[in-house]
Amino acid sequence: MNLGISALDYIEAIKNGEFTVEEFVSETFDQIKKVDGKLHAYLSLNDKALDQAKELDKKRKAKEKIGSCMGMPIAIKDNICVKGAKTTCASKMLEKYTAPFDATVIARLRKQDALFIGKTNLDEFAMGTTTEFSVYGPSKNPWNQEYVPGGSSGGSAVAVSALESVVSLGSDTGGSVRNPASFCSIVGLKPTYGLVSRYGLISYANSIEQIGPMARTVKDTAFLLNVISGIDPNDNTTIDNHGEDYLKNIDSGIDGKKIGIISEMVGKGTDNTVSSATKKALAKFEDLGAKCEEIPIDMVDYSVASYYTITSTEAGSNLARYDNLRYGFDFDLEGYEFNSYISKARRSFGPEVTRRLIIGGFVPSAGHAGKYFLKALKVKSRLTKEINAAFKKVDFLVAPTVPILPFKFGEKLDDPVAMFLIDFNTVTANLTGKPAISVPFEISNGLPIGIQIIADSMQEKSLFQAAYALESTTNLPKVPL
Amino acid sequence: MTKIGLEIHCQLTKLESKLFCSCKADYRGFEPNTNICPVCVGLPGSLPRLNKKAIEKATVIAMALNCQTPQKIAFFRKNYFYPDLPKNFQITQLNIYGPTSIGQEGKISVEGKEIQIRRIQLEEDPGRLIYEGSSERTQITLVDYNRAGTPLVEIVTEPDFENPKQVRLFLNILSDLLENLGVSDPSLEGAMRADANVSIEGGSKVEIKNINSFYDLEKALHFELTRQQSLAERKIEIIQETRHWDDKRKITISARSKEEEEDYRYFLEGDIPWVKIDSKTVERLKEGMPESISSKKIRYENYGIPTQVADILSSEKYFSDFFQKYLDYSNLVINKKLGVPNNFNEIEEFDKKYHSFAKEGANIITTDLMGLLDNKEKRNASKLTAEHLSDLVNAILENKITRHSSKTVLQTMVKTGKPISEIISEFALEQVSDDAILSTMIDEVIKEESKAVEEAKLNPEAINYLVGKVMKKTKGQADPTLTLNLLKKKIS
Repeated sequence: MNLGISALDYIEAIKNGEFTVEEFVSETFDQIKKVDGKLHAYLSLNDKALDQAKELDKKRKAKEKIGSCMGMPIAIKDNICVKGAKTTCASKMLEKYTAPFDATVIARLRKQDALFIGKTNLDEFAMGTTTEFSVYGPSKNPWNQEYVPGGSSGGSAVAVSALESVVSLGSDTGGSVRNPASFCSIVGLKPTYGLVSRYGLISYANSIEQIGPMARTVKDTAFLLNVISGIDPNDNTTIDNHGEDYLKNIDSGIDGKKIGIISEMVGKGTDNTVSSATKKALAKFEDLGAKCEEIPIDMVDYSVASYYTITSTEAGSNLARYDNLRYGFDFDLEGYEFNSYISKARRSFGPEVTRRLIIGGFVPSAGHAGKYFLKALKVKSRLTKEINAAFKKVDFLVAPTVPILPFKFGEKLDDPVAMFLIDFNTVTANLTGKPAISVPFEISNGLPIGIQIIADSMQEKSLFQAAYALESTTNLPKVPL
Repeated sequence: MTKIGLEIHCQLTKLESKLFCSCKADYRGFEPNTNICPVCVGLPGSLPRLNKKAIEKATVIAMALNCQTPQKIAFFRKNYFYPDLPKNFQITQLNIYGPTSIGQEGKISVEGKEIQIRRIQLEEDPGRLIYEGSSERTQITLVDYNRAGTPLVEIVTEPDFENPKQVRLFLNILSDLLENLGVSDPSLEGAMRADANVSIEGGSKVEIKNINSFYDLEKALHFELTRQQSLAERKIEIIQETRHWDDKRKITISARSKEEEEDYRYFLEGDIPWVKIDSKTVERLKEGMPESISSKKIRYENYGIPTQVADILSSEKYFSDFFQKYLDYSNLVINKKLGVPNNFNEIEEFDKKYHSFAKEGANIITTDLMGLLDNKEKRNASKLTAEHLSDLVNAILENKITRHSSKTVLQTMVKTGKPISEIISEFALEQVSDDAILSTMIDEVIKEESKAVEEAKLNPEAINYLVGKVMKKTKGQADPTLTLNLLKKKIS
């Protein structure tokens, strides 16, 4: 059995009776047993998955209709609520927290009979780009275990890359789906803000983040988006996509389309290898009939500063509820007055979360908001204006997903600013609400490079067409497991 | 000059559900922490789901207070840590990006003085803390989140009040108004609360918080004014601070000075997109608004109801609603009797009849019914219908029973819901208008009250005493006009 097949091939195989759900799921767990001790993609596993697989096989045997996912294994980032499952955000704060309800995306996947394999590792509360800030230890990059897998949805990327699941869900606040997708050579999408319900996603910076599908192929990503997208009464920010089918006409090609290369994202600070891969990708686009031109977007230079100011402010508010009064971790109650109790309890946040909470307490405060938070909002709105203007001229914007190659553990741990700059190419899509996808393009000296394509709001359909066209030009090696 | 401003919090208790989830808006009567869900307890991953009805009700309040209502409203987060606040921030409204709260710049007149409303905002109520013992010395504090997320309208006034009496009058008017709008039941415990800011000539503004009833508010204001005045007399500076009302000791206690004021780090609530309130909605809400208390009063006066009666009746929603039902039914009765009027004379005749129904009905409601139904339990248990009252008034106007016996009838109707005919025969209340019977009774009275008879001969006013005596003998069932005429005849 080939655990590395795509989700769509898996579904075909189940339909054709090539193997049962139970066989596939059982083999998936064998693979997890074999590799996850080293790779650490998962924080917890669904011990009912095999029973659920058997149940689906039984239904199929009895010719009962089952959902379109046909028991397809999926891994879920551990900041998305799955009813009855521990949901820790890789934080001590939620060490003992079991979600009492399904996130909307989970409910939709459940309805289509996807099988939840387990909850995956992340940087604490999704703040980070390497998984090194997980309180449970980092995940490893399957392409080279000395290297970080990217983050914050590192576990979800590793699970798909290392054949520990067919597909996965991550969340993307500033690149957290696209960055690990790029580092682990899989596909990852950050949808238009509002296309996918955030109900059940534990908020970090709620005004710009989205849950995003992660998969081995562009088609699988589109298929997953079909299942999870659309308006949700539980999330007032969701948009009606009228049941759009993102798979339909995905092979339309990009002949005649215009592509803009964001000058700031291919300039200084970009690794040479990444630069030359990007040039190759642009050549491929031209071969496919697209026209490429460079487009400067001035505000991109300020995007990371704006991003960290806004996300820290929102995090300061979103994470305020973790005071260990109603849920959390075991903590001796006796002898503490409320204020000293919560400040003691909140010391259990890890270093990166703490850093951002401190920033988040400062930048929007009465005496400083004008200098920091409000300025950051101005950058956000000007950046959006510039990007909107760019989409009047071109159909897509392209840049390397990450300006550098995957790096070794600990390399940037003591340099928060260097760590922040890894997000340089990804935060723009979040700040402007645009959809962006990372497509695996090259393996350079055993390390993956992904190309990012950004489209205008709600243009996921044409975004997938471009991504599919680019993917078709590649022939990448298998992950060396 | 004394300046007092208010921040009044009013729960929208008439709404079905909370502001951001489907738990009950009226949390009263629930076991602690049973009227809750992931949203109102702010569990990780939950998101607010805006209750559009709350926006409408709050807009109606804003319109009733003559406020301007914006075309788009926004919500903000007010960030602070407190154990009754499940998310450790409150979703509220603010006007930092222009007028985006539900209403601004309104006014309301209190005995000729205009009180300006600065702003009205919609927000979520926090949970409740229950202390074991006093709040300062408590060893254990319990938290009940049943209230968390209840829709709350905050009404902020300008510091336009000059004394506590104006505040009291304002709050009476406001609570009648809110009740009349059908948005809130101000009689429910905690449904209306107020904070106040107080300053006297030359002193800084002092805020008083933690006042749990309007009754205590007046006490707190008196205490605070006296405190500030005695400081001023001793030339001690009155500093800007927040003080808490201690309702056990009935004093205000310093809570924090200006320097210690919390920084709430307000910013836009991204989970709730801006809400458009288009002119169509505003029109629809305006049309659906109940008649205001003042226009009700004017209408009642036009029926010939005395000002004082009209005043009481119009400001009591339960009774003015009942009165309206009674009028509507009586209208049908009169139509049946007189036919639908179709010329000026007939209209005049109709109006005359209608007005007598109105006057008599208003009279019975304010003098008798309000006393019989002076609390919610009694109102719920009452079997009296508008039809009952109309039948009763009809009987009075047609001299079938006296006003005096109408009290018995009303009481019986409230208790049993029996029709008037049954009650009259059961209690033998038919008015005595038989000449022969009355004559005998009057003769008896003249015999017994010879002194009064002599007096009545000299002073026509004194005859009323004798009428009263006849009434007593007939247990109030004598036809008063007939009695008077007979008496006059017999004496002269």
